[in-house]
Amino acid sequence: MSRLQMTVNGATVDIDVPESRYLSEVLREDLRLTGTKVGCAEAECGICTVLVDGTPVVSCVFPAFKAAGSAVETIEGLSQDGGLHALQQAFLDHGAVQCGICTPGLIMTAKGLLDRSKATGDAVTEQDVRAALKDSYCRCTGYQSVINAILQASGQDVRPYLPETQHPGIAVGRAMPNPNALAKITGSARFTDDYSFPGMLYARTRRAGIPHARIRSIDTEAARALEGVRAVLTHADIPGRNAHGVVSIDWPVLCGNKVRYVGDAVAIVAADSERIAAEAIELIDIDYEELPAVTDAISALQANAPQVHDERPDGNLLKHIKVKKGDIEGGFAEADVIVDQTYRTPTTEHLFLEPECSIGVPAGYDPADFGGMRDECAVRGETAKHDKTTIYVGSQIPYTDRDQAAATLNVNPEQVRVVATLMGGGFGGKEDIAGQIHAALLAEATDRPVKMLYSRQESLLVHPKRHATVIRMRTGATSDGRLTAVQATLYGDGGAYASLSEKVLTRATTHATGPYAIPNVKVDCFATYTNNVPCGAFRGFGVTQSCFAVESNMDILAGKLDIDAIELRRMNALEIGSETSTGQVMRESVGLRECIDKVEREIRDERFRWRWDEGHRRFAWGLAVGYKNTGLGGGAPDKATAEVEAWQDPDRGLVAEVRISSAEMGQGLPGVLAACAAEELGIERDKVRVLLGDTDFCPDGGPTTASRQSYVSGNAVRLAAREAAEKLSVQAPRESVKVQYEYWAPQTRPLGTGGDMHVAFSFCAQAALCEIDMRTGEVAVHKVIAAHDVGRALNPLTLEGQIEGGIVMGVGYALTEHYIQEEGTPWTNVMARYKTPSITHAPRIVSHIIEDGTSSGPFGAKGVGELPSIPTSPAITNAIYRATGVRVRSLPVDQDELLRAINSGAAEVELAWGDRDAIPTIQLGGEH
Amino acid sequence: MNYYTPATVDEALAVLHKYDGRARVVGGGTDLLVETRRGLRRPFDAVVDATRIGGLREITESGGYIVIGCGVTHSEIVNDPRIRARGTCLAESCGVIGGPQVRNVGTLAGNVAHALPAGDGTIGLLALGGDVQISGSDGTRWMPARDTFKGPGRSHIDRQRELLTRLRFRPTGDNEGSAFHRVMRPQGLCLPIISMAARIRLGDDGKIEGAGIGMGPVGPIPWFAEPVADALVGAPPVQEHFEHAVGVALENVQLRESKYRATREYREAMIRTWLPVILATATERAGASR
Repeated sequence: MSRLQMTVNGATVDIDVPESRYLSEVLREDLRLTGTKVGCAEAECGICTVLVDGTPVVSCVFPAFKAAGSAVETIEGLSQDGGLHALQQAFLDHGAVQCGICTPGLIMTAKGLLDRSKATGDAVTEQDVRAALKDSYCRCTGYQSVINAILQASGQDVRPYLPETQHPGIAVGRAMPNPNALAKITGSARFTDDYSFPGMLYARTRRAGIPHARIRSIDTEAARALEGVRAVLTHADIPGRNAHGVVSIDWPVLCGNKVRYVGDAVAIVAADSERIAAEAIELIDIDYEELPAVTDAISALQANAPQVHDERPDGNLLKHIKVKKGDIEGGFAEADVIVDQTYRTPTTEHLFLEPECSIGVPAGYDPADFGGMRDECAVRGETAKHDKTTIYVGSQIPYTDRDQAAATLNVNPEQVRVVATLMGGGFGGKEDIAGQIHAALLAEATDRPVKMLYSRQESLLVHPKRHATVIRMRTGATSDGRLTAVQATLYGDGGAYASLSEKVLTRATTHATGPYAIPNVKVDCFATYTNNVPCGAFRGFGVTQSCFAVESNMDILAGKLDIDAIELRRMNALEIGSETSTGQVMRESVGLRECIDKVEREIRDERFRWRWDEGHRRFAWGLAVGYKNTGLGGGAPDKATAEVEAWQDPDRGLVAEVRISSAEMGQGLPGVLAACAAEELGIERDKVRVLLGDTDFCPDGGPTTASRQSYVSGNAVRLAAREAAEKLSVQAPRESVKVQYEYWAPQTRPLGTGGDMHVAFSFCAQAALCEIDMRTGEVAVHKVIAAHDVGRALNPLTLEGQIEGGIVMGVGYALTEHYIQEEGTPWTNVMARYKTPSITHAPRIVSHIIEDGTSSGPFGAKGVGELPSIPTSPAITNAIYRATGVRVRSLPVDQDELLRAINSGAAEVELAWGDRDAIPTIQLGGEH
Repeated sequence: MNYYTPATVDEALAVLHKYDGRARVVGGGTDLLVETRRGLRRPFDAVVDATRIGGLREITESGGYIVIGCGVTHSEIVNDPRIRARGTCLAESCGVIGGPQVRNVGTLAGNVAHALPAGDGTIGLLALGGDVQISGSDGTRWMPARDTFKGPGRSHIDRQRELLTRLRFRPTGDNEGSAFHRVMRPQGLCLPIISMAARIRLGDDGKIEGAGIGMGPVGPIPWFAEPVADALVGAPPVQEHFEHAVGVALENVQLRESKYRATREYREAMIRTWLPVILATATERAGASR
């Protein structure tokens, strides 16, 4: 311990801390200024940025004693005299705040820039912003709103970018900041790691570290003997079910006899400090019999492949998914032109900037027992007495977490409470159980609160990713451009456990025709188990993969037919009356043609050219369209229950609270739900408060997945509010009403049975303007023009955020992202090895909204969360083809390979960055 | 772990002496501390922060040199008008290291002492013909920066007993210019595919009178490309001769394939493309400074 003196936000700090401390630790732990977040501890992501003597630094690797004598500024110090700083106000106005985990870092980095420009008197340019924020990552916004906000805060007249939408109601359709945005820009918003309970212990997990092995023995004696260790648990200590899973319960909570991937948990430790816990897990001695690993989807189905789950009758086949319609041979016989190509897509990582964190609190916990303050009125948080096992977590599925934890604890679900904290991004990656069960087990074992925080490196290793696929796609058309048949085979690498593989790859399969009316279809998809990191839900949910193949084939076809690429898509587009590949007849809300028209009008002005050269730089446009179902579909019961309580406030008039366990991960759900309720109650949106995700106080809104929340929970809230409004109209004005409404989405049909597989589809078209440097193979995306049919824009500001962020995620899928595994061991084991798009990669986005409403949606709305990231990558590779003549069949685009193809005159590239082998040859159809 | 912020060189050396190999000198610490945290380096007992030593926190001009103290950050170099004008390739090379927050704390001294084959700031300094000052228990000495490199990440500076206290270079004068370029990839590897810097001096006859070239990674150490410079001197600064210089460079380098970063072939292509470009840029700047 040594004396550290500095000022923080103007106040003198004089404390004793160990000299090994980093500045972020002093701020967060010693000073409890939790507005500064930590995303990687590698100086990569920039979310921990603070100012030291006016200069932005990454506090996660900044030694605390380096700041001795300095003036430190954090997000908490930004608001002066209760007023917001210009940057805070601008971030709010522009919707530049989504999940909020990176917001403090973005704002503090920007403050450094603005302060400097004030000192020098130079105006801030967009280029300055891009340079200053190059290493300040954001995974939600796509950066356009961030750039605009910073320019506005610098004193320029930059208005929030808002697409034109329908005339708003009293609340619905109004562009408003998400209700939690204010807390996020001031640093008061609390994510799980920002909670700290009196008496709390810290947990770590001992992971397999090898992809496939049988466990001979586990010796925990040395770990238990370590001073400061409070519990060491293995499979033998689990009171209930030793397995979890969102779809199939096949994932051990703690492995007892076998490990199936490097991230498998074998033992967990709770200790007085993180350091002791980390030391303890290394002392656990595990004796393994290593087994051969299977690490790709195609090898997994060979007869001699190592079997990942010994007990499964179908070897490593997780599911063979089939779509069949019409007469496939007849369809191809009718075709004048056939395109038959094989594509490959990479495993990708969500890289939500908040690593997973769970806190377990034991039943009967009283903060007063540990010298903490108890607040008798508290229902949430550190000052409350906890009657039951409670898990604080930012999770996409609070009720399933509760049920899964209860099964393992061997108690009734009602004996467990899940309190959903704010979530620093999810994108599908926070659907599976991470540390929730472990934290609860350790809490009950030690009778203390236990925090289980993953490091970035652990997060990379453990949670399910986006499926790598190999897709062969054969598309036939007549000479006048009519699609006659599509046959495809997909192999999807599901990794070690089922997670959502079956659902994700079903969506890849059913959407493998693209949003086109095709009479003859046959698609086979083989979802497999391997010893890779499991794969599960990730924004786009399989459709991102098949869309790359579909839209690449469509461009090749347009070339062969000599038909304009836009026209070919328009003439085959789904419309009212046409039938999808699964036999669903479209009856309404098919805004695809309108999207295509809108994008075409925007790009095809009088100076329009598909491509042009400027010296060694080539420019070209590429186009792709996409679609995505709303809701679970496929016959799954899809429901949400909402509670709406409305009462007369003496000062504000009628006000309401909405309660529902649905997840806010930055997409803007509270604002959307508040608007739905307010519209029905006839009041302004800010008179409705939304309480999300507390299983003791909020009914179940179902999983936050499948672009379903605005639709399903939106409907539940709307209908609950409508009933409340009706009751209010007939009762005494002073009384409050409370209504619970259980909303069931229209019944859907399972795949293979025809009829309505989904309640609605959203559509989009995107055109990407790319530049290729013919000397280096470098690719830049300058502009994306997009049109999205979302049914109804419930909140245009947060909707635009979803669209811009989704498009930039699509840019990453095309150009930067690949989670690389080598024989089951991730090479991508640090954030420095996984690049998501930075502000320097973000294109200008021009976004149009089409509101072709669906009658069953709330105010006509359909899902939008996933749609924008789906067609971006083929739009980019189609532009690359147009610019260079090189067809990229594998993502992400490798500049080295692209240059080689350009120089050698090769027509295609099949090795992406990170690929070592050519795309395997696969048969169409087939059985395994 | 103990953290020292010595105010004098002697204090710093005393700490290093006391810990006898178990202390590490840091500038910003953005390489060393991150790598240590990742378990890529052996842990140590003490950190000696070299950025608060009196007299070593500034950029000065003395004896015909621009002198950079070991506490000077990359950002300070990038923003220094003297270095921008008369050590342009160093400002450009320091301007691409890491991200802005890292450049605000990372130092050129740290970059050179780290001795990575493609340290960007190092490449810029090499082209300028820079020197480093090393302070140890037996005094202070200057040596050319190019002579400090031993192997990847290995330096002739005894980093556990000595301190890199200053760096210096002769600023470009009339008829002189310099330029730097680096090729990266957008995916997950924050190391350069190739970094190159050039310093060109034109004679009154318009021919190249002097040249300095830095390149990396083209071998185990950052390369002070003497053969390339020699090939340029006496020749007119035209594309044909620049291409000849490329040929000389390629004869002398050991290009490697590095996994997920670049093939040997791509590196060669980037040298062919960019070496003439930076030579032309440096020449143009030399012409402009007449």
